[in-house]
Amino acid sequence: MNNFLMQLNQFRNNITESLAAIGRAALLLIQSLWFIPDSKKIISLLIKQIYQEGVLSLLIIVLSGLFIGMVIGLEGYNVLSGFGSESALGQMIALSILRELGPVVAALLFAGRAGSALTAEIGHMKTTEQLASMEMMGVDPLRRIIAPRLLAGFISLPILTMIFSVVGIWGGYLVGVRWLGVYEGSFWSNMQASVEFGEDVFNGIIKSLVFGFIVTWIAVFQGYDSKPTSLGISNATTKTVVFSSLAILAMDFILTALMFGDH
Amino acid sequence: MFKDHFVEIRHLSFKREDKLIFNDVDLTINRGKITAIMGPSGTGKTTLLKLIGGQLKPDQGEITIDGNNLSNISRTQLFKLRERIGMLFQSGALFSDLTVFENVAFPMREHTQLPNDIINDLVSMKLQAVGLRGAKDLMPSELSGGMARRVALARAIALDPDMIMYDEPFTGQDPITKGVLVKLIKLLNDSLNITSILVSHDVQETCSIADFIYLIANGKVIGSGTPSELMNNPSLQIRQFMQGLPDGPVPFHYPTQQSYHEAMLHHE
Ligand SMILES: Nc1ncnc2c1ncn2[C@@H]1O[C@H](COP(=O)(O)OP(=O)(O)OP(=O)(O)O)[C@@H](O)[C@H]1O
Ligand SMILES: [Mg+2]
Repeated sequence: MNNFLMQLNQFRNNITESLAAIGRAALLLIQSLWFIPDSKKIISLLIKQIYQEGVLSLLIIVLSGLFIGMVIGLEGYNVLSGFGSESALGQMIALSILRELGPVVAALLFAGRAGSALTAEIGHMKTTEQLASMEMMGVDPLRRIIAPRLLAGFISLPILTMIFSVVGIWGGYLVGVRWLGVYEGSFWSNMQASVEFGEDVFNGIIKSLVFGFIVTWIAVFQGYDSKPTSLGISNATTKTVVFSSLAILAMDFILTALMFGDH
Repeated sequence: MFKDHFVEIRHLSFKREDKLIFNDVDLTINRGKITAIMGPSGTGKTTLLKLIGGQLKPDQGEITIDGNNLSNISRTQLFKLRERIGMLFQSGALFSDLTVFENVAFPMREHTQLPNDIINDLVSMKLQAVGLRGAKDLMPSELSGGMARRVALARAIALDPDMIMYDEPFTGQDPITKGVLVKLIKLLNDSLNITSILVSHDVQETCSIADFIYLIANGKVIGSGTPSELMNNPSLQIRQFMQGLPDGPVPFHYPTQQSYHEAMLHHE
């Protein structure tokens, strides 16, 4: 009985702590984005961050996109050729990548590559009192450090997702058309006929915008809120990857239900 | 409020977890003077500087800096005020992604519109003052602990602030550098009339330049006065600290929960 009460109490504490953390995360977001630093500086800071978060993630995004596209090409061909409809391969590859795999896989990779790096970087700055010393110089780290990192993440992931999708479709084309011999004309024309810009491409972009927002927010907050020790940084980095992956998959279900649920 | 009080601390109490770090402390830092804060390791000297810098909020009491009551000013005003205060962190706290030069230039680039060649000259001057002009292209990871702290000092004085807080500037410095730093702190104070708060364990160095010393231990100010007043103070506690005697009323051991409260009672 006593044990049960203790567990209940623990559970309540956990919930209180989670709610408090969500509150702190919201505050961080508002405080850092409310006043964007003056335009001259934000541009150069932003470019540097887009390089860190976006350009440096390019390689893993391109390679993964290529392999995933190739695998879908292969699997899709096996299934479709059973019904004699391998000409629909282009349509299948494009739809699955644009709607689902592009946004989701790119976001998961982004969380692992850029998100974890963001958390570790900010956590390190906190542990070594770089954030505190910046504050003492009269420079607000929320605007100088946090804001450009948030914005760069919001911008980078949608672009990375588009690149992922294009490369993925090209990978499917390589396997389907070049290797397995699907007729090139029907591959592209079926794709064009079935993919709708507003429905498929645009919804994929919306997803990547939402994922970019969530991943970057989680990553930056975990770094900023981490315990200022090396163990604290490593815990925060783990949390970034775990929480953002779960958030991406859960949000993907919700968004898919909202976007395509009534079909 | 007197015009010659740059910092006024009244009835300051501050807790960390359950430990009372400051218990109703009053303290005044005079304008244009060097005020030293001394006390055993772990009493809260760094904490005091962070309270003065507005990074920690007192549980009770008030801190006023040059007429600004920290509990009444907005975040923006606080950041404005901090532009006039330099702080040398105990750990140095250099930006690890910037070179030594860019670290010192950082506050200038953030708060002034100075053209590059002037920033160049100013940074070289500041680095020259701490004897590290030749190190300007190194990264912080390539510096020794003592060097890093001197770069941090150059950065803290970059904007010629009205007040500088030095958190243990002498620790980890060789005797020659120590001498140079003592002179530098004195020089900044004399020539630019900078108000200085000096936290240090080096009794000799500190006594040679401080105008006034506060001794804190166990959450209280246990003694204050000019260096010679403190040196000649008959109180056992004060003599123990100033002369570095291992035995006496100031405990060497970090208190256990119980004995800490006893110690607090004991000194009240
Ligand atoms: N982040 C923190 N969380 C909890 N307690 C802390 C924290 N930082 C410091 N303390 C505690 O506050 C007390 C005062 O610490 P502080 O760093 O101010 O000491 P100090 O006087 O500067 O010591 P030193 O001379 O060794 O630098 C210590 O007992 C320490 O245990
Ligand atoms: Mg200290």
